Amino acid sequence: MAMHHFIDRRQNPGGRSLGNRQRFIRRAKAQIKEALDKSIHDRKLGDVANGEDLSIPAKGIAEPRLRQAANEGQRGRVLPGNKEFVTGDQIKKPPKGGGEGAGKEGSDDGEGEDEFRFTLSRDEFLELFFEDLELPDLIKTDLREITSVVYRRAGFARDGTPANLDVMRTMRNSLGRRIALSRPEGKDVATLEAEIKALEETTEPDLEDRGRLDALYEELEGLKRRQKIVAYIDPVDVRYRQRTPEPVPNTQAVMFCLMDVSGSMGEREKDLAKRFFVLLHLFLKRRYERIELVFIRHTHEAQEVDEDTFFYSRQSGGTVVSTALTKMMEVVRDRYPADTWNIYAAQASDGENFSGDSARCSKLLAEEVIPACQYYAYVEILDEREFELFGNPDAGAALWRSYRDVAAERENFAMKRVTKPADIYPVFRELFLRQGQRERV
Amino acid sequence: MSKAYADAPTGAPTGTPTDDATGDLGDLLFDDADWNFKILSKTYDAIERVALDDLGLNVYPNQVEIISTEQMLDAYSSFGMPLMYRHWSFGKHFARDEKSYRQGHSGLAYEIVINANPCISYNLEDNSMPLQALVMAHAAFGHNHFFKNNYLFRQWTDADGVLDYFQYAKEFITSVEERHGLEEVEAVLDAAHAIMDQGVFRYRRAPELTREQRETRKREIEEYRERTFNDLWRTVPDGDAVADLSEAEKEKIVRARQMHLPEENLLFFLELNSPVLEGWQREVLSIVRNVAQYFYPQRQTKVMNEGCATFTHHYIMNALYDRGQISEGAMLEVLHSHSNVLFQPDFDDPRFNGINPYALGFAMMCDIRRICTEPTDEDREWFPDLAGNEDWRGALRHAWENYRDESFIRQYLSPYLIRKMKLFDLTDRAEDGHYVVGAIHDEQGYRKVRDALANNHDPAHTDADIQVIDADLRGDRQLFLEHSVRNGVGLDEGSRTNVLKHIRTLWGYDVTLSGVDHDNGNQLYRTSTLEVEDGA
Repeated sequence: MAMHHFIDRRQNPGGRSLGNRQRFIRRAKAQIKEALDKSIHDRKLGDVANGEDLSIPAKGIAEPRLRQAANEGQRGRVLPGNKEFVTGDQIKKPPKGGGEGAGKEGSDDGEGEDEFRFTLSRDEFLELFFEDLELPDLIKTDLREITSVVYRRAGFARDGTPANLDVMRTMRNSLGRRIALSRPEGKDVATLEAEIKALEETTEPDLEDRGRLDALYEELEGLKRRQKIVAYIDPVDVRYRQRTPEPVPNTQAVMFCLMDVSGSMGEREKDLAKRFFVLLHLFLKRRYERIELVFIRHTHEAQEVDEDTFFYSRQSGGTVVSTALTKMMEVVRDRYPADTWNIYAAQASDGENFSGDSARCSKLLAEEVIPACQYYAYVEILDEREFELFGNPDAGAALWRSYRDVAAERENFAMKRVTKPADIYPVFRELFLRQGQRERV
Repeated sequence: MSKAYADAPTGAPTGTPTDDATGDLGDLLFDDADWNFKILSKTYDAIERVALDDLGLNVYPNQVEIISTEQMLDAYSSFGMPLMYRHWSFGKHFARDEKSYRQGHSGLAYEIVINANPCISYNLEDNSMPLQALVMAHAAFGHNHFFKNNYLFRQWTDADGVLDYFQYAKEFITSVEERHGLEEVEAVLDAAHAIMDQGVFRYRRAPELTREQRETRKREIEEYRERTFNDLWRTVPDGDAVADLSEAEKEKIVRARQMHLPEENLLFFLELNSPVLEGWQREVLSIVRNVAQYFYPQRQTKVMNEGCATFTHHYIMNALYDRGQISEGAMLEVLHSHSNVLFQPDFDDPRFNGINPYALGFAMMCDIRRICTEPTDEDREWFPDLAGNEDWRGALRHAWENYRDESFIRQYLSPYLIRKMKLFDLTDRAEDGHYVVGAIHDEQGYRKVRDALANNHDPAHTDADIQVIDADLRGDRQLFLEHSVRNGVGLDEGSRTNVLKHIRTLWGYDVTLSGVDHDNGNQLYRTSTLEVEDGA
């Protein structure tokens, strides 16, 4: 018989190429990050966390080999499909850089190309996204896991870990079994033993006593034997508390993005703001089945707009922050009643406000907005210089100061000054922590 | 001694519900695109009978593995070797191949075959049954026979030890990654990969591959080092021949002897002589060098290897069809794939990407058969030994055994085939504004076309010829390399600079490369990592 084997390898664990993949991403990290920043800038908020087609410069990940120069010396090449040439014919070379002439070797590893295109998976994307934000590990895993489950009590099981042993239930089973199988109780044995002892101590036992003693010995032995046969606690009695995973009932949430779009908010500020919004969105996505996004931009007046307009169009005008809050409450009353929607809001601005409006803002926040919201986060985006100037959290412009008063009173309000991506996460720290703790209880 | 199937049939359900596959099929081996392991095995046996009894092939035992798309992508992004050690460049290739495949720009290989004993071929699960049959005939018999019999593979690779060795290499790389960190290992691998083409022995027997023999070699290297540590001067040449040389020149000769210079194998030289590498780094170089050497015969026999495999599958499938074991529909599918593989666009076709080794190889194999069985007068004149020799099977087996692409083309490319493919030789002189047609498919041109095509398939011509010529370990420790330039073709400057930097990493000191004309010995260029750094 032939010595051959067929082996089905299809079931072998997949992802064997993962090691190479991770090495590649680590290697090209700088370029990938750069491409990623651009991509975060270009993408829709809700899409940010999906897999991403990336294009990075091929230069940094080239694999150089010694190659013969293309434009030097003399070379001969044999080609198929001659039509009309005869020996000695001269054929004009195509212009430099032009199409595929004879003598041009296509390189098979794409080395010749300027761009290297590939697809980043969702996990890889998040990993790199989180890196800038400096999220704690626990939060990272938390965010990656989209479906959340809780373990609920679900009756009793015959097996489990000792930690889940239910003593009460086990003992009840044991008692029932002992009664059913009439296991002699300890006190019966004790009475018998006492009786025997009394008889043994009789100084002059008569025949009747002896006969009775023998009978008692026998009875005691019987009881003890039965005790041995019918165990006090038998493996069949043991019960463990059982827990089954159950998905957390997710409901709907709406996320309001509020942003100052007056002239002082440049590309950098908007990019930071976008990261801030993305992070909140990721958090909500993990928690709620359905999330709606509402974008409200404002100058001296507020408008509800679509996402592209929100991030990319410019407007000129003054800055009246309260208009955005008023607009938001309008939308809430119209479409998102607080009793059926979980309302989250994130506001980004550079801290400027029309003088006198800040007090109105804090009043609106404290009396209307925050009571309706699950959480309200505010970031003030500063450049480095301003940041140093306002190193003290108490110092700041009118808006900042009046928001601080609100923050002192309200638990579901967070505010922070940011100059770089890593500053963003602390705004949400409270939010994540509270959720985390609730889960652990 | 072993179970024939690792698994019960798990292929897609077949159209024939009956267990007895031969039941309703008559003589047919299969009559459906779906396959299962029972059908595969039966078909394998039928193919084997033709391969061994009719074609007289001599093969290693076969191990056919069915793999998924992802596994296939993985395998061929790592040099076509599923057991490869890990490196970022394989991840890069995987990403590129996967994207190109998902977008439909390129198909997947139907199969990958490994030169090992037993011969392992990986078949893609998506192949239809007619394709599985084709692939088995192609890889498990065609390539397998070539690996087992061709002189290059017999002399230069070790089919018995190769899987062991790759396993060892993978484990070794992992262990040093753990010990020294990814970056450290990556730096050495990157540098070693850059000179892989210069890391093979072209004329000497390659060092052995098995683990056991490797250990021995390691010991030998140690002994060599001990032997040559102190008595640098014992081997000073004396006598009249060197009497009138200057001291510097004498020293140079001594150094050359000590280090066996000139040395064509850069990786081997660095592994042995680099003043800065640690033991594990030398071992990494040794691994990359062995990988390069393992694949070197394949680079020299692409046309023959594919020609042999393609001829074999074509012959076998036709034989099965003639015997009524394969249906007409299945045969049509086979021929469709067959002609896809053999597609050779003309030079002026936008799809043209060089001579297709499958097309050339298959055409030459068929041509040899033709010359044996139906020779013309021209064939009798060109191939007196071959023409009319009825034993075309023996003639082919002889060719497969004793040639590599370059010598095979020089020996067997016939005027008939040159005319049929309308081959012509185009000379490209960089300084001219035009190409010159050097020879075409006519009486005066046959030999010229044949020689030019042979040279095109000779790595000695297509790879840059670079040798280590000197390194003064007692002086500034600069490493001197010499590029023997043929026909004025130098090196691409961008890659040259980067590769020299990599060599510098491995050597630890500056590296100078000079290009010397192969014919007249004139120096054409000189570049050094010293200048590169100055310039930067």
